[in-house]
Amino acid sequence: MSGRGERAMLTRLLGAAGPDVGCDACFEELDRYVELELAGADADAAFPGMRAHLEGCPACAEEHESLRALVGQRSQEEPR
Amino acid sequence: MSIPLTTPRPARPPAPPAGDTESRAWLRDLGSPGPSREDAAARLHALLLKAAGIEVRRRARAHPHLRGDDLDDLALQAADDALMSILARLDTFRGESRFTTWAYKFALLEAAVKVRKRAWQGREIPLDEPDWSRVADPGSRPHEASERRELLDAVREGIAVALTAHQRDVLLALAVNGAPIDVLAERLGTTRGALYKTLHDARARLRAHLAARGLDPRTAEASP
Repeated sequence: MSGRGERAMLTRLLGAAGPDVGCDACFEELDRYVELELAGADADAAFPGMRAHLEGCPACAEEHESLRALVGQRSQEEPR
Repeated sequence: MSIPLTTPRPARPPAPPAGDTESRAWLRDLGSPGPSREDAAARLHALLLKAAGIEVRRRARAHPHLRGDDLDDLALQAADDALMSILARLDTFRGESRFTTWAYKFALLEAAVKVRKRAWQGREIPLDEPDWSRVADPGSRPHEASERRELLDAVREGIAVALTAHQRDVLLALAVNGAPIDVLAERLGTTRGALYKTLHDARARLRAHLAARGLDPRTAEASP
């Protein structure tokens, strides 16, 4: 993709603009955020600052992706 | 001791017995003394171990030197530590998600942290600046390439003049050299949350440095 190198570097260095909940609050709310996402609800509206944090923190982003994948898979195997 | 007319409210009211039936059953069993608690803890540990095992193996693909027994050991440690965290924090579960979703996040966190720490064991964390000359987008249109280059030059200058030495080291370690935040936090004797605050403050200073020069980072987000 054209522009990827510079954009990627700038994103890593500058993070996302706007409010950012930080790692502790992100972990605190991650389960509810993921369930809202999987339910098709507007998780970002429910938890302002989560998206910016996930874009700015690779560790939390990885854990978010992992929880989303695991719960999504489990929900398919064991419907509520 | 007299009882005040208005007692201070707790920071968070006790969690009502909310949530789905399965979540309530977990809370009931884990909160009750005796064999049912032990049985529930064992069932929960099995779930956590399965989640941690999946996560450890998925992450290990990026670290080929971690194999076999190492991975089983990391998964077991992750499940053990996650179970301890969960049992110590049962009263913080608010019933606003499924109990298992809430519990899984502890297992995934522990698994991720343990794999990252093992992968970086014995490695120094580099604090190098990027090779700015190689940060380029060969396919960009000339005016966009020029704008991004101006932004990058200003960021480079900001790193040199607008950050404290600590902010600079943290930014370069995490954002440029890819060090995991929990690995760096452990080596610096701080917490992941505190270290992210340092990173966030450094980024805010860089953004302010750009703004003072009339530069807008959104320029870099424009479509190619």
